[in-house]
Amino acid sequence: MIRVELVKLLRRPRTWVAVFLLCLLPLIVALFLRVSHVAPRPGEGSAFLSAVLGNGALFPAAALGIILPLFLPVAVAVIAGDSIAGEASAGTLRYLLVRPVSRTRLLIAKLVSVLAFLLIAVTAVAVTAYVIGVTLFPSSPVATTLSGTVISPADLIRRTALVVLYVAWSMIGVAAVALFLSTITDSSLGAALGALAALVLSQVLVTLDAAGSVRPYLPTRYWLSWVDLFRDPILWHDIQRGVLVQGVYVVVLLGAAWALFTTKDVSS
Amino acid sequence: MIQTTGLTKRFGRFTAVDSLDIDVREGDRYGFLGPNGSGKTTTVRMLLGLVFPTSGSADVMGAAVPRGLGSVLHDVGALIEAPAAYGHLSGRTNLSLFDAAGPGGTRRNRRSRVNNALEQVGLAGVGRRPVKQYSLGMRQRLGLAAAILHTPRLLILDEPTNGLDPQGIREIRDLLIAMNQAGTTLFVSSHLLAEVEHVCTRVGILDRGRLVKQDDLETLRLPTGRILVRTPDVDRATALLGGRVEARAEDQLTVVGGTADALVELLVSNQLRVTEVLAERPTLEDVVLSLTTSGNDRIDGAAS
Repeated sequence: MIRVELVKLLRRPRTWVAVFLLCLLPLIVALFLRVSHVAPRPGEGSAFLSAVLGNGALFPAAALGIILPLFLPVAVAVIAGDSIAGEASAGTLRYLLVRPVSRTRLLIAKLVSVLAFLLIAVTAVAVTAYVIGVTLFPSSPVATTLSGTVISPADLIRRTALVVLYVAWSMIGVAAVALFLSTITDSSLGAALGALAALVLSQVLVTLDAAGSVRPYLPTRYWLSWVDLFRDPILWHDIQRGVLVQGVYVVVLLGAAWALFTTKDVSS
Repeated sequence: MIQTTGLTKRFGRFTAVDSLDIDVREGDRYGFLGPNGSGKTTTVRMLLGLVFPTSGSADVMGAAVPRGLGSVLHDVGALIEAPAAYGHLSGRTNLSLFDAAGPGGTRRNRRSRVNNALEQVGLAGVGRRPVKQYSLGMRQRLGLAAAILHTPRLLILDEPTNGLDPQGIREIRDLLIAMNQAGTTLFVSSHLLAEVEHVCTRVGILDRGRLVKQDDLETLRLPTGRILVRTPDVDRATALLGGRVEARAEDQLTVVGGTADALVELLVSNQLRVTEVLAERPTLEDVVLSLTTSGNDRIDGAAS
C-alpha cells in the first residue's frame, strides 16, 4: 500500500507544482538581494540572509529558513489534509477499503507519503538554492558558522543535510494535525485550513509571555532551532527537544486519527 | 453467500435499515429493490464493512461482518453508488493501482488482469486518456472493470447500468449473466425494475429499511387469473361473457376465471375473432409498487 501511495504522490501534478513553487520563493528573495545588495539588519529577517551576500554556498540553509515558517507548512497542510478527505470526496476511499485495504495500513501509507513529499520538497529547495546561491552571489566552499569559526566544505554539506532533515521533521507535526482532521471531515480544504489554524494559534502562543508555561510543548516552538546547526559547536539541546516534541505530536495525533478512522462509518 | 439476521443501522434517531433478514444463495442472481432512501445503499455498505451495523449480524461468504471481512473481500467485486477513479490518471493506471493496493493475484499477472477486465467491459481500446475526459458511460464501464478485476465469487453492484445507453446496458447485462453462469453470485441493487427483471432470478424488496418481500422472480410473477383478450368483436364478446368481463378498453377485454385456452375455444366456437390472448402476470413493477411507498425524495405537504 505504501508503494501505491508513493506512486499516487509522484504521478500527481499537484505535488510537482507545490515543489516548484517552494523552489521559486527563495529565487525571488535571492534576486532582490542580488539587485539591491541590502542585507537584512542583524536580528531581522531570516538568520542567514546577511551571510548569504558574502557566501552563496550558505543559501540552501537560508532558503529553508525562508520557506519554513509559512510556505512549507501550507504545502504540507494541503497535501496531508487532502490525504483521506480527498479520497473520500472523490469516492475512491470506499473502493480502496473494499479492495480490501485495512484502514490502519491506509493511514500509515498516507503518513509515509506525506513524509516522502516533505523530503522531496525540502531536498529540491536545498539543491536549487545551492545553484541559485553560487550563481548569484560570490561563493566559497569554505563557510563561516554563526559562531564565526570556519568549517570545511564536507562539514557544510553535512550540516546542510542535517538542516534538510530537521526542517522536514519539523513539519511532521503539521502533517499529523492535517491527517487527523482529514479523517474527521470529507473536505480537504477544511482539514488543511484547520491544521493551519492550529499552527497560527501555536505561533501566537509562542510569542505570548502569558502562555510561557505551555511554550515548550508547542509544535512551532523549536522550528527556528535549525539555526543552531550552524553554530560551532552545534547546540543540540533545542534540536533534540524539537525532534521529540514533533514525535509526540505524531504519536498522539496518529493514535487519535487511527481510533477515529477505524470506527467511523464511511458514507462518502 | 450473504446472510443477514436482524441487521439494523440507525443514524441518530433515523433507522435506515430495520432488522433485515436477507439470504442470498450461491449462484443466485439476486435483485435488491426498493425506492430511493429505502436503505439499499446502507445495506450494501454494511455488507462491505464500510458502515458498521448498530445491531444484528451479517455473514458474507462465511465471514462475519465487519470483523472477518478482511479475509474474503478480495473475492468480492463491488460497485458502490457511482464509480470513482483518479481523474488525472488513465483508466489502465487506475486499475493497476487499484490492483496493487490489495491482496489477490500476483504482480506478474497484473497487466494481463487489467487488460482482460478492460476488454470484458468494452474499454480495451481506450488508450492513455485521463479518466477526467471519460463520459459517464465510460466511467461506469471502468467501475465495472474494477469490480470484475479478480473474477470475484461475489459481485455486489449498485446501479450497474447507470449512464449506459441501451446498447451498453445489453452488453453489461450479457456480461453479468455470463459471469453468473461461470460461477459468480450476483447481488444487484437497483431501482430500475426492468433491469432487475432482465437479469435477476430472485429478488428482495426493501421499503423504509424493512424487507417486505424476498422470493423467486417466477413466484412473484405467477399468473393473476385474469386473461387479456383482444378482439374486433368487443360488443358481442362482452355480451357472451357477461359477468366475467372485468374491464373493457377499446378492443381489449379483461376476463376473470377459467383458462386462456378454454376462453379462446369459447369465443371461436361462437364465431368471434381473437387477435391476441394473454394470461395476465403482474410485472415486477406492479409487485414492487404494491409493496412499497414512495421514496424519500418525494416530500408532500399542505400548500401554504
